Amino acid sequence: MKIAGRKVTTKSIAVYATVIVITAVMLMPFAWMLSASLKLSRDVFVFPIEWIPSQPQWQNYVDIWTKIPLGLFIYNTSKLTIIVTLLQLLTSSFAAYAFAKLDFPYKNTLFLGYIATIAMPWQVYMVPQFLLMREFGLNNTHLALICLQAFTAFGVFLMRQFYMSIPTELCEAARIDGMNEYQIWARIMLPLSKPALSTLTIFTFVTTWNDFLGPMIYLTKTELKTIQIGLRMFISQYSAEYGLIMAASVVALIPVLIVFLSLQRFFVEGVASSGLKG
Amino acid sequence: MSISNSTIAAGDAPAASRRPSKVLSRRRRKIQSALVAYSFLAPNFLGFAVFTLGPILFAFVLAFMHWDGSNAITFAGLDNFWRLFEDKVFIAAFWNTIIYTVVSVPATLACALGLAILLNQKIFGRDFFRTAMFFPYVASLVAVAVVWNMIFNPEMGPVNMILYTLGLDPKDMPGWAADRHWAMVTVILFGVWKSMGYYMVIYLAGLQGINSELYEAADLDGANSWQKFVYVTVPQLGPTTFFVTVMLTIQSFKVFDQIYMITQGGPGTSTLVLVYHIYNEAFISWDLGYSSMIALVLFFLVLAVTVVQFRRQRED
Repeated sequence: MKIAGRKVTTKSIAVYATVIVITAVMLMPFAWMLSASLKLSRDVFVFPIEWIPSQPQWQNYVDIWTKIPLGLFIYNTSKLTIIVTLLQLLTSSFAAYAFAKLDFPYKNTLFLGYIATIAMPWQVYMVPQFLLMREFGLNNTHLALICLQAFTAFGVFLMRQFYMSIPTELCEAARIDGMNEYQIWARIMLPLSKPALSTLTIFTFVTTWNDFLGPMIYLTKTELKTIQIGLRMFISQYSAEYGLIMAASVVALIPVLIVFLSLQRFFVEGVASSGLKG
Repeated sequence: MSISNSTIAAGDAPAASRRPSKVLSRRRRKIQSALVAYSFLAPNFLGFAVFTLGPILFAFVLAFMHWDGSNAITFAGLDNFWRLFEDKVFIAAFWNTIIYTVVSVPATLACALGLAILLNQKIFGRDFFRTAMFFPYVASLVAVAVVWNMIFNPEMGPVNMILYTLGLDPKDMPGWAADRHWAMVTVILFGVWKSMGYYMVIYLAGLQGINSELYEAADLDGANSWQKFVYVTVPQLGPTTFFVTVMLTIQSFKVFDQIYMITQGGPGTSTLVLVYHIYNEAFISWDLGYSSMIALVLFFLVLAVTVVQFRRQRED
């Protein structure tokens, strides 16, 4: 008994030690960022690292808002993210309902078309897409980014997979009760698909908020820039202001952190289930 | 309404009227329900067709054209294709993409599996640890890439400072992003760090899907932990590993953002990858046809991986 008990303890100590060390390494860049954001630029690289600055420079967090239009960048990104996420949820769940519960000609062909493009890298057609948007006069508008992110095959696929798991009898019963398809979608499918909707929300939110190449190609006017490319502009303009750069980086991370922590259960479930289905 | 219409259509042959009217109304109902279905599809499909399908088709055409975006398009035949073999930058970009993939895919896979096994055990604060591992994946790339550059700064960064205190000669110190021999290592390390948490979650789901009776049977046979890992866990995770490998490989072929932020493809062309070359040819040189040809190379790489992997999976 005792030996067995001790064995377990040594093993679990080893496990805890490994987990803690790995976690520390994983989180080290964030800790360093946070610590550097409260330092004067000349103190950022002082070694050994002073993790908790003796004189925290809270001023950094005041200065960044005036050095660059950080507030505007955050507003732009939030606007884009919210519109894209809403459109994505609405159109994906709408289309997914047809694919999962309705019959119509060319259903399988259309669905195959969607599936085939999931594997198609965006980078393959980003240039023709840009030329098309330019033709529409959408260059340097937020509408271009909304159009290219709001209608994804992935969203339709994810929602369709979830709807397939809802018993068709439910829809049939509702039809007998005199509901039309739109009512069934709105009153039965939508409320039942909250987990899938949450997964899609967080996926879309994170991708849109963190998107880099899209905004970089489309948005060259400062007043239109998102937080990612705005931050990148700030870094190239003030490359030696390490403290300020770190403070701006922390600010750029916070919204994602909040959304991630509050919806992480759905995120993890979503990753896991899309992984198994693939 | 549909009934009255079809009765009129059936005409004045009462004996035969029943069947055709039924057929007609059934057809009408079919058309009606198809229209309803299409109305569900329309909002997504229209956007999808215009902004995704259209550009995809256009990409295939553009690869065989000469165009600078303002003057007239001219047909190029295979010019852009032959140019690939003479373009030293493309050849470098191609091999850099392959090297990035060949190193980062197994590295990420191994780390993700290791983490998943570690965090599949019942330990205190497990959810916190999982969240911590996952966070780099959702963190804004620009923000973490700039930190990465500072931490790996060759002269002042903490990583080299630690190496220095450990006794490494400053002359042998890796120059990381500024050193052509270490630049690729720097971006690969970043890629592994950023994405392993994501694949860990997929592996965790895979681990939870393994029937615990298999482990009990292995226990009865007197298997040790390593044997259980090799003979139960690894084969049982086969489908998950397949999925993770395909996803990772495709992600690696598409790598761009982190390289743009950390090394700008340099020094020289030591970290220049395919997407970077597509970007440069399109938006810096405005050689749209040639850039689309490089994009087709990327497309066929992704396609080949998908096809090969699916075939092997089917054989298994």
